[in-house]
Amino acid sequence: MQVQFRRVAETGRRTIALVIDGRAVEACEGDTLLVAMMTNTTRLRQNEFDHRPRAGFCLMGACQDCWVWTEDGEQLRACSTTAQDGMRIRTQEAAWTTGQ
Amino acid sequence: MDDRPVIVVGAGPAGTRAAQRLVRAGLRPIVLDENDRQGGQIYRRQPPGFTRPAARLYGTEAGKATALHRDFEAILPDIDYRPGTTAWGVSGDVLLASRGSAVSELSFSAVIIASGATDRIMPCPGWTIPGVFSLGGAQIALKAQACAIGARPVFMGTGPLLYLVAWQYLKAGVPPVAVLDTSSYADRLRGLRQMAARPRVLANGLRYLADLRRAGVMLRTAIRPERIEDDGGTVGGIAWRTARGTLQRAACDAVGVGYGLRSESQLADLLKCDFAFDSVSAQWAPVIDGFGRTSNRQVYLAGDGAVLRGADGAEAAGTLAACALLLDRDHPVATAEIAALQQRVAVMDRFRQGLGRAFPWPAHLAGALLDETIVCRCENITAGEIRHAAQALDAPDINRAKALVRPGMGRCQGRMCGLAAAEILAHARGVPAEQVGRIRTAAPVKPLPLDSRIVP
Repeated sequence: MQVQFRRVAETGRRTIALVIDGRAVEACEGDTLLVAMMTNTTRLRQNEFDHRPRAGFCLMGACQDCWVWTEDGEQLRACSTTAQDGMRIRTQEAAWTTGQ
Repeated sequence: MDDRPVIVVGAGPAGTRAAQRLVRAGLRPIVLDENDRQGGQIYRRQPPGFTRPAARLYGTEAGKATALHRDFEAILPDIDYRPGTTAWGVSGDVLLASRGSAVSELSFSAVIIASGATDRIMPCPGWTIPGVFSLGGAQIALKAQACAIGARPVFMGTGPLLYLVAWQYLKAGVPPVAVLDTSSYADRLRGLRQMAARPRVLANGLRYLADLRRAGVMLRTAIRPERIEDDGGTVGGIAWRTARGTLQRAACDAVGVGYGLRSESQLADLLKCDFAFDSVSAQWAPVIDGFGRTSNRQVYLAGDGAVLRGADGAEAAGTLAACALLLDRDHPVATAEIAALQQRVAVMDRFRQGLGRAFPWPAHLAGALLDETIVCRCENITAGEIRHAAQALDAPDINRAKALVRPGMGRCQGRMCGLAAAEILAHARGVPAEQVGRIRTAAPVKPLPLDSRIVP
């Protein structure tokens, strides 16, 4: 599996477990969700217009290009959300349901 | 006496010093911080549990960073600090702010906005490929998360941050493949005299350059970006043209881009502050007096969100804006304090003018962008569509173009594409950039969760 980010220090932190698109991955406690994902893959989401992959851009909450979904359908801005143990994330929008 | 609180927006160098000065005068401001921890972008802190010392995170500025963090901790009992809170709208003299889905209506007697800046972006073909990040983003990954944006990054753009970030990657054990600067040596010489206003900063910059050169990093000036290459959904390389037009390329797996900074002035816009075009930075900025007062007597501005003078200038401007607010309420402020602050700001301003000359915004690149290049990354609006608005649809200004073909209409509200989109429009109409105006702000300035609700 190709990854985008490389850890250069601070690797002694506690490991946390996440699920991205159904795949179990590991990250470190204190990672932003963006870092937890980009150390395990190369993309966060798809652009709504051309459906091509995106992976955020500014990392400071300005560009809004890193919104991801939880399996429950909640949206999170990956650059400014701290990754939590047990998070289940999707890089594509779940179909809207009526909650029935 | 108006007993509504004073709100400080932002907790970087300017916001921290503003709050600290208000506390010293006996006020108890509300401090809204979009980040979870104080420090702003420049002195952003790493999360709890990280162990790198300040010297490794902030280099030559470690002392300033530590002092700013420490001084903020000291005033915590005397302020109403709200981390993780975004100010996103204005209703009369009420500020609307969100933390998660909880919205607060904060009435204020006055507000000091210290909202900082983001990277200024010039699009190029391929800039939306995963693995392309802003220079500031590349720095945040390293500083706050101990991550490099790739194993073989290239940094492209212009401005002091270009070399600082490249040097920080080198020191972190990830030497950049190349540093590609659109400005030329001649530009650099033109800015030298004014940059000498801050000899230590200038010397640091020269040291970064020397270290990069010694490490064998490819350094190129006067380049024209050609394209970032897509390798199956990731970055595979970058191509550029030399001053003579020769095409060159380098393999890489990540790119950091940025062309100086842009002020984050959207709240000032919502608060109906007057703006004017600043020729030094080639962007619109809120009009302020020598203290940070605006055309709205309840609103004061400080730091890079008003004028791009950098962190040291922001600290002085933050204190100065607080002094202005105090003076306007008949609090005593020593003339000597104000004189010293204004003198400091004047030095930073001279340096700012030097930077503007040394690392100019490459406006000429906008007009030359291929029609199919994506300019607005939120809505995938291309340079060609903006030209269509300019010509066939006869849009005279950027807001008309936005209404017709949607650049700046997406979630980021033009923070990333707005300046370049205006340059493309201006070029297509054959007028100076300032004649096409600036994208007007609409609340909410950042997306809100669907289940947002007002909490008392």
